[in-house]
Amino acid sequence: MLLSPALAISAVLFTLGVAGVLLRRNAIVIFMCVELMLNAVNLTFVALAQSLGLGGQVFVFFVMAVAAAEAAVGLAIILAVYRHKQSVSLQNMNLLKDG
Amino acid sequence: MTGTTVDLIWLAPALPLLGFVLNGTLALARPTAKTLVSIIGAGVLLAAFGVAIAVFSAFTGLHAEAPVVFRYWSWIPVGTLQVDFALQVDQLSLVMLLVVTGVGSLIHLFSIGYMKDDPGYARYFAYLNLFVFFMLVLVLGASFPVMFVGWEGVGLCSYLLIGFWFSEEANANAGRKAFIMNRIGDFGFMVAMFMIFWSTGSLDFDTVFAHAPTALTAGGTAITAITLFLFLGCTGKSAQIPLYTWLPDAMAGPTPVSALIHAATMVTAGVYLVARCNLLFALAPVSSAVVAGVGALTALFAATIALKQWDIKKVLAYSTISQLGYMFLAVGTGAMTAGMFHLVTHAFFKALLFLGSGSVIFALHRAYHHTHSHEDAQDMRNMGGLARYMPWTAALMWIATLAIAGIPPFSGFLSKDEILTAAFARGSVEPIWLVFWGLSLVAALLTAFYMTRLMIYTFHGPNRTGEQEQTHLHEAPWILTGPLVVLGVLSAAGGLLNVPELYHGGEWLHHWLGIVGAWQLLKPERLVPARTASAERGFARILRNKWYVDEIYDALIVRPLVWLSREVLWKQIDQRVIDGAAVNGAARGTRALGWANRWLQTGQVGTYVAVFVVGVLLVLWRAMS
Repeated sequence: MLLSPALAISAVLFTLGVAGVLLRRNAIVIFMCVELMLNAVNLTFVALAQSLGLGGQVFVFFVMAVAAAEAAVGLAIILAVYRHKQSVSLQNMNLLKDG
Repeated sequence: MTGTTVDLIWLAPALPLLGFVLNGTLALARPTAKTLVSIIGAGVLLAAFGVAIAVFSAFTGLHAEAPVVFRYWSWIPVGTLQVDFALQVDQLSLVMLLVVTGVGSLIHLFSIGYMKDDPGYARYFAYLNLFVFFMLVLVLGASFPVMFVGWEGVGLCSYLLIGFWFSEEANANAGRKAFIMNRIGDFGFMVAMFMIFWSTGSLDFDTVFAHAPTALTAGGTAITAITLFLFLGCTGKSAQIPLYTWLPDAMAGPTPVSALIHAATMVTAGVYLVARCNLLFALAPVSSAVVAGVGALTALFAATIALKQWDIKKVLAYSTISQLGYMFLAVGTGAMTAGMFHLVTHAFFKALLFLGSGSVIFALHRAYHHTHSHEDAQDMRNMGGLARYMPWTAALMWIATLAIAGIPPFSGFLSKDEILTAAFARGSVEPIWLVFWGLSLVAALLTAFYMTRLMIYTFHGPNRTGEQEQTHLHEAPWILTGPLVVLGVLSAAGGLLNVPELYHGGEWLHHWLGIVGAWQLLKPERLVPARTASAERGFARILRNKWYVDEIYDALIVRPLVWLSREVLWKQIDQRVIDGAAVNGAARGTRALGWANRWLQTGQVGTYVAVFVVGVLLVLWRAMS
């Protein structure tokens, strides 16, 4: 497997993720875009592990574990927000700003 | 350490300190245990007096030329400044030690009777013991800082005791006035200390006096400044022009306090200081002239005020200021022995006069108490003819009056004429001293006059106390008259301590003149009680109002200072600059900054993420290029 195509795909995935987080309003979509960014990084780890040793592959497991935990907490928060506001659009969530 | 009884000198200050601790504890825990308080309060003083006598006799046996210094512990070791807590025994400090403990013991005994019905009895004795402790530290200290501890301590005790009956505002104010006036003097003392350390590199008496003649040029600016600042301290503590106004107000305290602190001991601290530093003053002729001049002027000035006071204690207060003036004239002239001699004899007869007046006030107060009258028990216009009711007090006070007036062979004659002789002798070398001599001569005449006036109005002529009160006028109990008898003997015979070799015949004539003049001029029969008396007119009114010095000080110093504090320091600097600009300004500035930047906070998560991404990109871009 060639290194540079893997890194290129990873970069594309990551950019897609960032763009999604920036442009979309729906909290669930944004959440999925965050997962996309995490997995783009995972791809980079795995690709670079080919030449730099197994450390990268081990790290991927850590990231996946953290991502799973994050997914559990994040989805629970979104669910709670939905129950409270009947909406998952981030535009309606501006309680941090007074008035 | 000398291996003799002199080593016990530490007991002299330690005993009153112990008395203070015990009495202070009792004052807090059991204020009603008056018998115990009396035993402790007077007992420690008598014991200290015993120690003083033992040390004195042992020291005379040593025939020591130099002072004996006891170093107990290192107190302030800072770089080249090394101050030990050390006590010094020499002739000068021993004389003061004997006077303080001796007269102090008698006054403590007197106080047992005088204060017996006072609710603050234990507190009173605690303060009195503390005062004696500080006074002994003052006179026994072997360096300027140790002396300064005593110096400040007696000032504190003076404040506490003047304002002893602090529930009346006038008394509390008098205490404050004394304290503030003394602070001005203390400032002078401290500046002098700094300058002494700066020029001689030490603050121990022996080192300073050994180095001073070489380290300082005689008559130079430095030594003149040092001695003048020292003298400023003395004018505060010893009530000389211009800082004397606190002493008459200090009469607000209990009468034994006036006798002990404001006549016999504390106020002589300034005289003691000049005598202690006589070597420094000898190097500064200008300062010596200032000391002598201020002394002579104060002697006359205070004597004129005493002529027209009606309050028996105020007369004695101004008399004290006047006599302190004599002492300063003596030490300024260089006649240290004469000055210290007058200090000792004055301690005897002035303590006697004050305690005698206390006895009179006690009797009048009791009489008025019986009839529930609210007349002034200290106003001489309410007295008169008391010799019939209080023969002992009258006779003893006459002895003291003759002594202070300078009638031979009483003690005051010997000491005062020695001062006048010394001033006159110096006058043949420096004519300015003839002026000082003239001033003090007039003051001596006035002394005899106002003292005779006091005696005539108090003890002779018809009684003006009131018909009903007369039946209640009695001699005071023995606990009050006993100390008076001892002081009477000392006033009469105290002059024997130091009989000058030559008498100067005729010099004492003016003293008689004052007494006879007062007897001829004053008509106690025409005097009316205070409540019906009319105000004085003309010059008498100026004297009655003490030359308006208090009013002048008020207008020139107090009011401008209050105005400056209120209008400028408070309303402008504090309220506008500090509160307005600094404190509130900082708050306003922070709020404005926040207001200007609040658009950054949209509350939209998307905006924050966008900013975050832009930031990351910027960092990456910086890292790449």
